[in-house]
Amino acid sequence: MTSLAVARLPALSLSHGPQALIQTLDARMRLAAAFCFAAFVVTLPGLAGLLAALGLALGLVVLARLPLLSVLRRLVMVEGLMLVVLIMLPFTTPVAGPNDLLLQVWGLQASWSGLWHALRIIVTSNAVVFAMLALVGSMPAHQLVQALTALGLPERLVQLLALCLRYIDILTDEYQRLRHAMKLRGFQLSCSWHCYRSLGYLVAMLIVRSLERSERVLAAMMCRGYTGRFPVAQALRMRVRDWGFVFAFSAACLLVGIWAWSGALVR
Amino acid sequence: MHIVDGTLSLPIIAVGSTLAVGGLALGLRALDAERVPAAAMLSATFFVASLISVPVGPSSAHLIMSGVAGLILGWAAFPALFVGLLLQTLFFGYGGLTVLGVNTLNIALPAVIVGLAARPFLMHPRTGIAMIAGGLAGGGAIALTAIMVALELALTGEAFFVSAQGVILIHIPIMVIEGLISVAVVRFLRQVKPALLVSSRRTWV
Repeated sequence: MTSLAVARLPALSLSHGPQALIQTLDARMRLAAAFCFAAFVVTLPGLAGLLAALGLALGLVVLARLPLLSVLRRLVMVEGLMLVVLIMLPFTTPVAGPNDLLLQVWGLQASWSGLWHALRIIVTSNAVVFAMLALVGSMPAHQLVQALTALGLPERLVQLLALCLRYIDILTDEYQRLRHAMKLRGFQLSCSWHCYRSLGYLVAMLIVRSLERSERVLAAMMCRGYTGRFPVAQALRMRVRDWGFVFAFSAACLLVGIWAWSGALVR
Repeated sequence: MHIVDGTLSLPIIAVGSTLAVGGLALGLRALDAERVPAAAMLSATFFVASLISVPVGPSSAHLIMSGVAGLILGWAAFPALFVGLLLQTLFFGYGGLTVLGVNTLNIALPAVIVGLAARPFLMHPRTGIAMIAGGLAGGGAIALTAIMVALELALTGEAFFVSAQGVILIHIPIMVIEGLISVAVVRFLRQVKPALLVSSRRTWV
């Protein structure tokens, strides 16, 4: 049940107090910047360049005035199975030569090249996630929807996203109610058919209720003249500060890129 | 599982993303304006379901329910699951941005495949057959997802061969449990809202 706290979409409550510079920038630009930065980072060679990119991303987090602790807490470095894959990487990478041997346990050989590979993946993914949380994580839902529309995502897909965002909270409440009711009847998680069946019924009940709710929502939308489009409140526009951010951020990325590639060439 | 940025090789990301865009286009074509609220609501339901943790032996796992999504939504499961994944990525930082397409493909394609395959059996006069179809769909979706993840890892580099096999092994218990839970979901829906499971051309939901 602890994970339910996470279910509340954090974007709407992540930043407190006065808006940081990043929050006042054009939403389209922020979203596009996050994706471009991700594409940029995954093509960087070498650990040094990636660490520089990670530094840049951390700079964005500070600039966005996100509570650093709560970001770090939410930032599961790499969750679950992926972590296993990464830990195994030094052992599953063939040892290239005597210099490459990191350690030897029970006949298993770990290689330096595998370790560097795993570190590169961890730094890359964290750089992207930090930048993304800084640029997009603090965006109100309506801006996200508007930005995705402006960036050319199909209208129907954006509507799907908008309605989904709207109803996640409500369905989480519904889920909690059902779960409380189960708890009151003495339900406990266990590794048994009874438990799995009960959870299956719970999911099915959620599906049924959500569909019935969706019928009412559709009827209400029809009453308000829904024709397959949502009206947009206000147009987005790029101002001087938005362009300023674009240039500053691109310049910073360019510097990181030059450093990373020159280092890669020297080696 | 969510693959993270920086893991896969660029050609695999390119191919995966292209296929994901194709799947999204097909899925959106199957989604009329009047069905958008229902699909969105189901999208949110599967998002919430993915936060439910279930015991797996001594450990625990989170529900995925992609098989059930495919059974109920058909091709529309593609955009619906993409939306859930996008929100998980943007707000929780699961997975990554460049691998968004690949992660979508890994979850949504198996969902659509098992959905199309098992859907016709869900209203079979014999409840047993419907339940088996539901269970196979639920477990099969996870199995296909695991195979796709393993293939992508193995194709990325020799270093991931062993991990790829590990990914498949680890998914076996999850597959069994998703299958069992899907059996229960189908049984419940058959009794409570059979209209959901009646096959009618491509207008599911």
